[in-house]
Amino acid sequence: MGTAFMVLCGAATLVGVVALVVLLADLALDGAPRLSWSFLNSFASRFPERAGVKAALLGSVWILALTALIAFPVSVAAAIYLEEYAPQTWVTRLIRLNIANLAGVPSIVYGILGLALFVRTLGLDRSIISGALTLSLLIMPVIIIASQEAIRAVPSSIREAAYGLGATRWQVVRTQVLPMAMPGIMTGAILALSRAVGETAPLIMVGAVGFIAFAPTGVFDSFTVLPLQIYNWISRPQEEFHQLAAAGILVLLAVLLTMNAAAILLRNRYQSRR
Amino acid sequence: MRNTFRALNAALTSALVAAACGGGGESPGLAGEVEIDGSSTVFPIQEAVAEEFQIANPNVRVSVGFSGSGGGFKRFCAGETDLSDASRPINDRERETCAAAGIEFTELRVAWDGLSVVTNPANDFAQCMTLEELSRIWQPGSTVTTWRDVRPAWPAEEIKLYGPGTDSGTFDYFTETVNGESGASRADYQASEDDNVLVQGIAGDPYALGYFGYAYYAENTSRLKLLAVDGGNGCVSPSDHTIADGTYAPLSRPLFVYAKHAALSRPEVEAYVDFMLSSLSEVVPSTGYHALSGAEYEQQLAALQGAAGASH
Repeated sequence: MGTAFMVLCGAATLVGVVALVVLLADLALDGAPRLSWSFLNSFASRFPERAGVKAALLGSVWILALTALIAFPVSVAAAIYLEEYAPQTWVTRLIRLNIANLAGVPSIVYGILGLALFVRTLGLDRSIISGALTLSLLIMPVIIIASQEAIRAVPSSIREAAYGLGATRWQVVRTQVLPMAMPGIMTGAILALSRAVGETAPLIMVGAVGFIAFAPTGVFDSFTVLPLQIYNWISRPQEEFHQLAAAGILVLLAVLLTMNAAAILLRNRYQSRR
Repeated sequence: MRNTFRALNAALTSALVAAACGGGGESPGLAGEVEIDGSSTVFPIQEAVAEEFQIANPNVRVSVGFSGSGGGFKRFCAGETDLSDASRPINDRERETCAAAGIEFTELRVAWDGLSVVTNPANDFAQCMTLEELSRIWQPGSTVTTWRDVRPAWPAEEIKLYGPGTDSGTFDYFTETVNGESGASRADYQASEDDNVLVQGIAGDPYALGYFGYAYYAENTSRLKLLAVDGGNGCVSPSDHTIADGTYAPLSRPLFVYAKHAALSRPEVEAYVDFMLSSLSEVVPSTGYHALSGAEYEQQLAALQGAAGASH
């Protein structure tokens, strides 16, 4: 019985792994021949052999960096407040419940919100900053919840010991709670940003475009992102563009893996410092 | 002194415009932004024009979106874009919105697209269908379930239908032309916004029938079979020739670009539109669509210059 259960769980693990391997192999077969420096360093073109992902790659990096800069500090601050400072009243409970619910709202809804709020009301137009703010709203609930869990997992004995030694609340949070919670917070942030890098729908709503042939120079420039470029290529009739789409997906995966690797390195540094 | 300067300026400007009209001469001094949005069907054409224009004018920033014909008009009539791509003519409501916002524009025809009706290559009985038969199959509440329901001589096999989803301009055009009302269609068919999915479906289903843009047939000729359509003047198969000369009627549709008059007073937009109309003859065929004749592009260019000149 025990063995059967183990086999079952093992098989369940394999399903995910096999699907991933098949997908990657298929992509690599289609896309790898298209990967080259000129693919990374060219703008989109109607000639498949001239086309590249420069605009989309730069757009994705801009959006991602800005989103991280906006979402991370705000989310962690919110989580610290909710866990360490906020009085346990029905108001805080309501806020928590709301945040949990927001994490489940479909991304297109955030796109509509972003269009109304950032693009039209605040007059930020269809720009990188509108896109980054919208994605920040989208992933903040996820980071807040993960951070709250991580902060809650810090044993209260540690807090009490620090208080016992005369530390202020600010000192306790800064020197004890945050460093211990940081690996958990980072994991949450990585997952959230990985979600952001693959989002298309909300960015279409706030005006990501299909074709630009200039590199963004500031946060008010118009932009496109990798998922949108991939979608654009995959819907073309010509087989060559489907190969470009596969190559684009490989680039997107590389961005994702680089990001995750960087975050894991950061996390390990925090863990070893402890 | 000031007058001399003004005259010089005017002379320079007209020289620039003339250069741009004469097949897109390089004017590196040109800077600014051209914002375009609209139909995803027209997108490959606009992308190709933007690409070429960008090479000749590296300091102008051209951005092309694909929010769809309707989405494009919404932005266009809100004054957010300079040009709007559309796979159907602007409708009355959109026209009113534009008028209310004080936006004057000129409609330009940029290319022809042929909607193709296709089956699986294993289908050896159907060669040509009349519009009336297509309408009987696709109209709302249609009772056609087998091929025999269409013509008694055809097999009593279930007819599997594939078509674009309701957000598509292709769907709007086909339903309007075949069923007489834009958007009126039976709903029990395999729908996808991605035409490649329709190609896959029809290629794998011997009794399938579907429709989409001709470019998707042209890339998959070995996996699909093209049907001729009888629009009242005999059976005509869509081909590069019959679509471009209009004999493949009524399923050939024009593709449009709408140009805002106020934007045309900006030299970069004017140069872009001039460049577009003078390069379409070469650009359009490389995108899988069908170009109008050179004379038709020139006529539109002349008309546009007249219209824009009157407005500023």
